[in-house]
Amino acid sequence: MSDNTPVYTYKDFASDQEVRWCPGCDDYVILRSVEKALPQIGKKKEDIAFISGIGCSSRFPYYVDTYGMHSIHGRAPAIASGVKLANPDLSVWVITGDGDSLAIGGNHFIHVLRRNIDLNIILFNNEIYGLTKGQFSPTTELGLRTKSSPYGNTQPPFHVGSLAIGANASFFARVPGNNPKAMTEVFVDAEKHRGTSLIEVLQNCVIFNDGVFDDITDKKVKAESQVWAKHGEPLIFGAENNKGLVLKGGKIEIAVIGENGVTQEDILVHDAKNPDPVMHFMLSRLKHPMVMGVIRDAERLTYGQLFTNQVEAVKEKAKYHDVQSLLNSGDTYTISDN
Amino acid sequence: MDNPDTTVDKAGQPNNANALNQVVIRFVGDSGDGMQLTGTQFSDTSAMLGNDVSTFPNYPAEIRAPQGSVYGVSGFQVHIGQREIHTPGDEVDVLVTMNPAALKTNLESVPKGKTIIVDTDSFVKKNLIKAGYETNPLEDGSLESYKVIAAPITQLTKEAIFDLGLDTKSMNRSKNMFALGMVYWMFSRPMEHTLNFLKKKFAKKPLVVEANTRVIKAGYNYAETLELLPTAFTVLPAHMDPGTYRIVMGNTATAWGFLAAMHNSGLELFLGSYPITPASDILHELSKHIHMGIKVFQAEDEIAGIGSAIGASFAGDLAITTTSGPGLALKTEAAGLALMTELPIVIVNVQRGGPSTGLPTKTEQSDLLQALYGRNGDSPLVVIAASTPSNTFDYAYMASKIALEHMTPVILLTDGYLANGSEPWRIVDISTLPPIKPRFAEPNNPEWKPYQRDKSTLAREWAVPGMPGLEHRIGGLEKQDVTGNVSYDPKNHELMTRLRKEKVERVAEDIPPLKVEGAQEGDLLVVGWGGTYGSLFSAVKYLHETGHSIGLAHFNYINPMPKNTAEVFGKFKKIVVAELNTGQLQLVLQAKFPEYRFLKYNKIQGLPFTVLELSEKFKQLLSNQ
Ligand SMILES: Cc1ncc(C[n+]2csc(CCOP(=O)(O)OP(=O)(O)O)c2C)c(N)n1
Ligand code: SF4
Ligand SMILES: [Mg+2]
Repeated sequence: MSDNTPVYTYKDFASDQEVRWCPGCDDYVILRSVEKALPQIGKKKEDIAFISGIGCSSRFPYYVDTYGMHSIHGRAPAIASGVKLANPDLSVWVITGDGDSLAIGGNHFIHVLRRNIDLNIILFNNEIYGLTKGQFSPTTELGLRTKSSPYGNTQPPFHVGSLAIGANASFFARVPGNNPKAMTEVFVDAEKHRGTSLIEVLQNCVIFNDGVFDDITDKKVKAESQVWAKHGEPLIFGAENNKGLVLKGGKIEIAVIGENGVTQEDILVHDAKNPDPVMHFMLSRLKHPMVMGVIRDAERLTYGQLFTNQVEAVKEKAKYHDVQSLLNSGDTYTISDN
Repeated sequence: MDNPDTTVDKAGQPNNANALNQVVIRFVGDSGDGMQLTGTQFSDTSAMLGNDVSTFPNYPAEIRAPQGSVYGVSGFQVHIGQREIHTPGDEVDVLVTMNPAALKTNLESVPKGKTIIVDTDSFVKKNLIKAGYETNPLEDGSLESYKVIAAPITQLTKEAIFDLGLDTKSMNRSKNMFALGMVYWMFSRPMEHTLNFLKKKFAKKPLVVEANTRVIKAGYNYAETLELLPTAFTVLPAHMDPGTYRIVMGNTATAWGFLAAMHNSGLELFLGSYPITPASDILHELSKHIHMGIKVFQAEDEIAGIGSAIGASFAGDLAITTTSGPGLALKTEAAGLALMTELPIVIVNVQRGGPSTGLPTKTEQSDLLQALYGRNGDSPLVVIAASTPSNTFDYAYMASKIALEHMTPVILLTDGYLANGSEPWRIVDISTLPPIKPRFAEPNNPEWKPYQRDKSTLAREWAVPGMPGLEHRIGGLEKQDVTGNVSYDPKNHELMTRLRKEKVERVAEDIPPLKVEGAQEGDLLVVGWGGTYGSLFSAVKYLHETGHSIGLAHFNYINPMPKNTAEVFGKFKKIVVAELNTGQLQLVLQAKFPEYRFLKYNKIQGLPFTVLELSEKFKQLLSNQ
């Protein structure tokens, strides 16, 4: 935190605009979690920008008192890339939905991850198109009946983590939309990571897809259905805290500590920093329990670093350093007064 | 000047002296034959002798088409003159052909009586068949009415360098230098520039320098001793304004105009772009200069190209995006966002033949309506068109200035002809260009509102991330007047729609009046825009000088138009709008100025107008008054 950064509370980040999501929507929880994370990231308000696409989720920037742009459908990663490259000192956040980022914006989504531009992307995954009133999205499960799939969805879904890790994401985290405390922590971790940080929030849409994540996120089941990944710690879960993930025959399995000779030592220790994405890929795909928290946080040069390094190298060798000398260079000839 | 008025007569020979006013030479061969380089060397050398020059390359869309095929023919046309030159020339005075396919595809442009140089060694059965010749044109009499200079160029090239130990392929690569040597002698050009160029270019390959040097000299000497060649001609220096010059291509000049705007605005330059012919050279040029504070971002597609530019503009850079027609189509929705958020960006569209993929390597002016109206909603933005390869510099500069000072997206139209054409450019001292003053907001001003406007320009102020106290949100949803908050109020929408239109219209206060060249009033006004300037001007000038009442009004500023536009139209009895499309500007003018009748003259062949066809059309319009 730079010395002259004011001490903020979450209230400093609330804008004067009335929040207009449906009552009970997880989007409120995400908003509050972000407002709580921002005072912890050590940035001045004026040095933060939120860029969104289109969707319910993408209304988000209006509600945060920083710089912001509510742009066009699917293009926020491209626009945010421009913001960050123009001013690398900014903390730039992308707000997007599952349709926004994985359907119309799929191309920008994979390329921003590939480039590792230093942005934080919060993907509000409600497995549905909210704003356009309930069509299936690229993350909707097969068979789900929606407005545009009255007989059941026939398009198999994308898996957000697999897609992201396949696109060489350096940071991937997943959080339930009903857990503000965990969300705030993950957002702060995401900001600390240099490179593109993708956070998938399992966001309940109370109107068009209510309860899709209940078997994972409901308070009654979450102890058994969520494993929290913490770098350097064993992947243990369960109401009794006695279950863990083990690697067996190239697959991740569940083992109970104390049964069949399994000890704490046998449980996988989470290594989020591992540059090799194979384990992160496997962890991200577990369905039950589902892995939450920071699954991947690997170091990789950012686009900004690569570009700056190149600029410095070019500067050293360049024959001219300003526009006029460039114009004056090359094969010139003089016509004199005759 | 001893014989300033000597011209080439019908037989391609000087009347009585060896000084020519102007000459058009076209070098053609296989795409691997180095014709672009040969032509560039000839034009550079001529420019350095003080000639005015204009060049145009003509290369195939295929990168490496099969050798000897008609679709693999690559050409480079050079027009040099003692007079001002405005086009690469309609008709070819000297055609240099390296193979039968090149002859076959280019003969049409050579009037009877002109000179053709051929490499006889390439006129073998295999190549004749590939070119579609049933008999050898060098032997069947079909070239009788031309002045054919048949030289065994391949053979002579090999003889000049046989002892250097090069393989056949490498030896063949030098034969373009033999042809260049011949043409240098023919037009009394010194070889120094090219010899120096070769030394520099192949500094690490002394053998290649030696080979090419020997071959060019061999060509020169061969021409001198050859009885077939007429005496050497010369083209005396043109009357050019004194100063330091260099030859520039349109795309390079475009890139440099943005660099000058970057420097004079004090901003950093951001380019977001996706490669597309014929615009990519702007991306290539700017990519070379990243150490001067230019951020070049090759995006995943055109949408991300303009998207990243909008982001960079939001963050305070001079942001541009470069493309050609199909790419402009993809940028449409985002251009609307820039317009709605009233952010400055420049979108360059280097037009090519359309629709769809169309004719990627050919020129056309058929994206005008797309630029003016191709967006959803009532969405006016500024549209500017450059008109010569070198003035793309000026219009790139002005596009940036208008965008930054009026807080609006600007579309700059150039085209394939301007982009790849080249001409001498007097190097500008950028400190003499009109200043650029971006409209930044005052940090910590509690009164500041995102959509409060300047009274005279209606431009809003630019508050960029990093400025304390001005945190705000903008976006594509309709804005409330002044506050910029989201608003669905019907009256506000009408107000904002009108404000956006009015804002663009007020740019007219900052642009020069429409100029008329030739007759200032009278019988026929020719109206054009963009890249056709050279040919329109040449035709109008010729007719005007030969006593016709004809003027030319050429538009560079299309939206808004200069304030005196209607006044200009009122001074002529007839108006004809000449365009390389089916009549797009004509349509706009007819709608805007219903009190006048706009005739049209159009060509849609992927080719520029020739001065000849224009002159004939205008004469016809002048005669049936
Ligand atoms: C170019 C374009 N196409 C379509 C739309 C309509 N549209 C708006 S939001 C949306 C889907 C939003 O779904 P998602 O990204 O999942 O966001 P959510 O509303 O669920 O948060 C669609 C199809 C649009 N605004 N622009
Ligand atoms: S429709 Fe769904 S996602 Fe949109 S605001 Fe309402 S509950 Fe939230
Ligand atoms: Mg959604």
